[in-house]
Amino acid sequence: MIEFLLNGQIEKPDHIDPNLSILEWLRTKMRLTGTKEGCASGDCGACTVITGTPGESGDILYQAINSCITPMASLHGKELVTIEAFQQEPGHPVQSCMVEQHGAQCGFCTPGIVMSLTALHANRKEGGTSNDQILEALSGNLCRCTGYRPIVAASHQAMVEEWQPEPGHPAAGMANRATTAPLAGIHRNSFTLNMPEGSRYDAPVSLHELRALRREAPYSRLVAGGTDLMLEVTQQLNTLDHLISLERIPELQGCVLDDNELVIGAATTYHQLRGPLCELWPAFDAMLERLGSLQIRNRGTLGGNIANASPIGDMPPPLIALGATLVLDGPEGERKLPLEEFFQGYKQTSLQPGEFVHSVRVPVPEVNEALYIYKVSKRLDDDISAVLGAFHLTVDNGVVRACRLAFGGMAAIPARAPHAEAALTGQPWNEESLQAALTALADDFSPLSDVRASSGYRLQVAGNLLRRTLLASTSLPGEQLMVTDYA
Amino acid sequence: MRKLPLNTPAPAHSARGLAGHSVKHDSAWKHVSGQARYIDDMPTPEGILHAAVGQSEQAHARIVSMDLDAVRQYPGVIAVITAKDVPGHLDIGPVFPGDPVLADNIVEYIGQPVFAVAATSHEAARKAAKLAKVEYEALDAVVTVTQALNKEFFVRPSQTQQRGQPDQALAQAPNRLSGEQFVGGQEHFYLEGQASLAEPTEDRGMFVHTSSQHPSEVQKLVAEVLGLPIHEVHAEVRRMGGGFGGKETQAAPVACIAALLANATNRPVKYRLSRPDDMIQTGKRHDFYNTYDIGFDDDGLILGADLMVAGRCGNSPDLSDAIVDRAMFHADNAYYLDQARVTGHRCKTHTVSNTAFRGFGGPQGMMIIEHAMDDIARHLGRDPLDIRKLNLYRPGRDTTHYGQTIEQHVLPELLEKLEASSDYRKRRSDITAFNQSSPILKRGLALTPVKFGISFTAKHLNQAGALVNIYTDGSIDVNHGGTEMGQGLYIKIAQVVASAFQIDVERVKVSATRTDKVPNTSPTAASSGSDLNGMAALDACEKILGGLTEFASSHWSVAPEDVTFANNQVQINDLKIPWATFIQTAYMNRIPLSSSGFYATPKIHYDPKTGTGHPFLYYSNCAACSEVVVDTLTGEYRVLRTDILFDAGRSLNPEIDIGQIEGGFVQGMGWLTTEELVYSDGGKLLTTGPATYKIPAVSDCPPDLRVALLENSPNREATVFHSKAVGEPPLMLGIAVWSALRDAISSITNYQFSPPLDTPATPERVLAAVTASQAWHNQHKETA
Repeated sequence: MIEFLLNGQIEKPDHIDPNLSILEWLRTKMRLTGTKEGCASGDCGACTVITGTPGESGDILYQAINSCITPMASLHGKELVTIEAFQQEPGHPVQSCMVEQHGAQCGFCTPGIVMSLTALHANRKEGGTSNDQILEALSGNLCRCTGYRPIVAASHQAMVEEWQPEPGHPAAGMANRATTAPLAGIHRNSFTLNMPEGSRYDAPVSLHELRALRREAPYSRLVAGGTDLMLEVTQQLNTLDHLISLERIPELQGCVLDDNELVIGAATTYHQLRGPLCELWPAFDAMLERLGSLQIRNRGTLGGNIANASPIGDMPPPLIALGATLVLDGPEGERKLPLEEFFQGYKQTSLQPGEFVHSVRVPVPEVNEALYIYKVSKRLDDDISAVLGAFHLTVDNGVVRACRLAFGGMAAIPARAPHAEAALTGQPWNEESLQAALTALADDFSPLSDVRASSGYRLQVAGNLLRRTLLASTSLPGEQLMVTDYA
Repeated sequence: MRKLPLNTPAPAHSARGLAGHSVKHDSAWKHVSGQARYIDDMPTPEGILHAAVGQSEQAHARIVSMDLDAVRQYPGVIAVITAKDVPGHLDIGPVFPGDPVLADNIVEYIGQPVFAVAATSHEAARKAAKLAKVEYEALDAVVTVTQALNKEFFVRPSQTQQRGQPDQALAQAPNRLSGEQFVGGQEHFYLEGQASLAEPTEDRGMFVHTSSQHPSEVQKLVAEVLGLPIHEVHAEVRRMGGGFGGKETQAAPVACIAALLANATNRPVKYRLSRPDDMIQTGKRHDFYNTYDIGFDDDGLILGADLMVAGRCGNSPDLSDAIVDRAMFHADNAYYLDQARVTGHRCKTHTVSNTAFRGFGGPQGMMIIEHAMDDIARHLGRDPLDIRKLNLYRPGRDTTHYGQTIEQHVLPELLEKLEASSDYRKRRSDITAFNQSSPILKRGLALTPVKFGISFTAKHLNQAGALVNIYTDGSIDVNHGGTEMGQGLYIKIAQVVASAFQIDVERVKVSATRTDKVPNTSPTAASSGSDLNGMAALDACEKILGGLTEFASSHWSVAPEDVTFANNQVQINDLKIPWATFIQTAYMNRIPLSSSGFYATPKIHYDPKTGTGHPFLYYSNCAACSEVVVDTLTGEYRVLRTDILFDAGRSLNPEIDIGQIEGGFVQGMGWLTTEELVYSDGGKLLTTGPATYKIPAVSDCPPDLRVALLENSPNREATVFHSKAVGEPPLMLGIAVWSALRDAISSITNYQFSPPLDTPATPERVLAAVTASQAWHNQHKETA
């Protein structure tokens, strides 16, 4: 049985189907209909709710997430805050400012927007909230009526207002940030859900337990954030028979420096890894801001992005460019392999039955090394890449000593461009070498045409991103090279 | 009758929230607190079932056999119905036949409902619907607008509007240009998908809760499929989670299927579409293929034009006749074409039947003339704004190609004002200088006008009814034929009623739109919601006021002129009676406190045979100036700033209107930029959700967005308090973004070449235009 707080009240629901989303439970079992379904695929944000996760230090991390693609079982030991916590007037400053600014028209996306902004409000720091932070908080909330201007205006207004809930307010924890006592005790327990029809969900709390479960059920599906996996349930109407959650295993969480490498646990969310990774490799920052939405980055994990083996996952190309190593674990013990060798074909990996991704080891930068990451998609916010180029160059006295050029969206797997790399290596880093590399690039890839882009566009852009790299590496500080340089 | 509460608030100096004030949306608090109910949020009636349909997998085929056993046997399934089980009419085409509620023998698009399932859960219904075994015999399918055009495969006859001798004018013109464009379609992407809840009544009739812009049509069509007189069926719409035209006709099939299943099971049935099903099963904005052939003098003044617009209608007429008409009516946008021919084709394809979408064909028609404006400017080496201004309708050049005279010349002044307030000329020269020194990033600027005709072109739809009830405490319930989809219609109508009686708007409540309160209503569409229903409500108020004034005059023995309504009071000479007290007195004296109201738009007529008439009561006018930056390496771009000046007449609610303008602009920008519908060659929609179909997100809103309403511009027509319509016109302001993109790309050739740029102008299409411009530049550099 799972146990969590719903708007301040303890819930211990029986018979939770492992495939059941938080949204379905709220709307159909609890008839709490303030949280809306707009797409059931984590792309529109109408279903946004806030989860509070107790951390090591006793703090609770409040995050906006997409309830439509988050399994109910993931709520165990957490706090769930929905729009129903905010139904007493005068409400939260976010609500009064939204009213004040005419931030709602049809109102259907509005509860989700209020949730996203309420989470931002709870997490705002001294010194104010920037426009960028507001846009980031809203990046996963689509509104079809307003054009967003009044919502952004309401956000600015609300972020400078204090919220002081009455004691006993259903979301009081978000204001006083104290660990809610009932949560602390139950959070680390492992549990198993078994449905009469045979569906099962295990939530182990140690690597040891996970290994045992995987040995016993090597074809079980691993769920970390579930931001892609759950689409099989909500979009394809499949039933996932056996899920094993990686969310609660400390060994798979977090980032540590070890032997000149940053080791990132497979179940580390984008939110958690962004700081440590960008400190070493700042080029990740702009890309991570555009990987999914904030709701997705609060749930999605590095291991999921890799093991999912999508040709358009955004993390593998830059990690391949950096020469990252993958640590796999399983019944036969631990093994390491270069990340680029992990991908075998479209959605095919070298994972053996029972094996799982344990962590990723990212080298720290050496002198003269630089990394460039460029994501190209139709829309800036929350869009899947048409092409992603990641270029890792060691340039010494104007000569390319080493380079690793990796792309997403150019082949069935994230892949390097060996011909282009060969054309550049040992050559001066200039227009002439670039031309040679561009010619060679045509031998490296023959991309597909699909709904995101044509083959021809992908090839042209892949080359132009390499050109952008040359321009960026030789540009003056403050020179604008990308449209995103305009705030 | 109980006594009035003693704590009735003292009358304010002036009643609050009258027309002209920026009152908040009546559901604002409910919206932000999640308490506004949409169809799927309503308490579920006892025994409710959930619906799903089996969809055609073929674009055009004969159904050879259909094995539904596995569907019927799936746990939870209560009923499965096919076309044979429809007791009444099968065809629910809204204007012309062609839309069977369930496919009968022939399927005409991928996704067409072929059977319907009712089950005890939404999930069971959807899973069961996938289990059918349907055998098809494939027939030839036509998928694209050009395929249909080449075959002259049309859902309705083509039409032509002609004035003068365009061929002669073109032949004699000193300059002549021609061009073509593909203008993409658009998914409505209302956040609330289509949904209906049908409940059988005790008389074997049906009560339908529907998310529809047209409850009267839902009522009529549900009655027809069930074979019932219309009065046995009623429909109610409290609100929609967005409509945008997508719930004008497209809500009806959903309601009809729910009603058919409810009828078959005698249980309440809810049918709500999942996002992919909604995108696959329901119609969208028509994509168009347009061409122009234009002659002009050396200043750029148009002398003659031959324009062709061809819309992809999909498999049935739906509203396409009127949509292509409106494209033809707007192929001139704001410009006098002189000798002109406009031809419109309604192309039939084996894809879902396209439908109304904010602008209703007008935007697609305007695109061809705006394309030409840019091309003429490049050809003559002039600023496109100068060409646009030169060709604006103005006194002496004021008759459209369909013979309507423009009576209010708003745009010449409006454009001058926007040109000044947006600092157009200064920014133009800054941008030109920037582009000369910036090899990779190019900036572009464009200022484009919109003139949009207000009235339904189907004349009979220009009517409305309302019902105003005053209760004995002075509170008022208003019901009218318009529906609330977020646009703020309810609060505007409440303001109109409050103004009529000069009482606080809080005393007026607009209740859910219902077919048994106001009958035979028109859809809330064509930007007409407040124009039509506001006037109908005002008519009802005036009837009540007439009775009240007469009563006061006789009761207090004063002349009727001495009775005035102001400040929540009725003033009878020196006697001031609080509103509620007065109403109670009127009640005690048996004076009617309720009335219906009616309105029919005057002046309008159009003869499709001659292609001439006066189809619009007036025109709505506005303009936008947009600045963009384009990356010539990837085709990525951003909109940096947009200035909008909009003529809302004497606005009923300025901030609600500004909300419509901003939202419409961003929606129009999305239509022309990131929103790409992709079909397979076989006619299957591939972009079936927000993961692949990208409507604007928060970062797409221009960081600098300045919207102003044109001041001192009351409507010269007798509209409600001389306001002007605001729903659709702002969508077409998005054209400024598209034109600015072309402007940025054109800088590559020093503004000599006008790059073709079909829409949506995705980064890929922008990069293709960049590449074409670079090639042109290199070629002309070499030959020069």
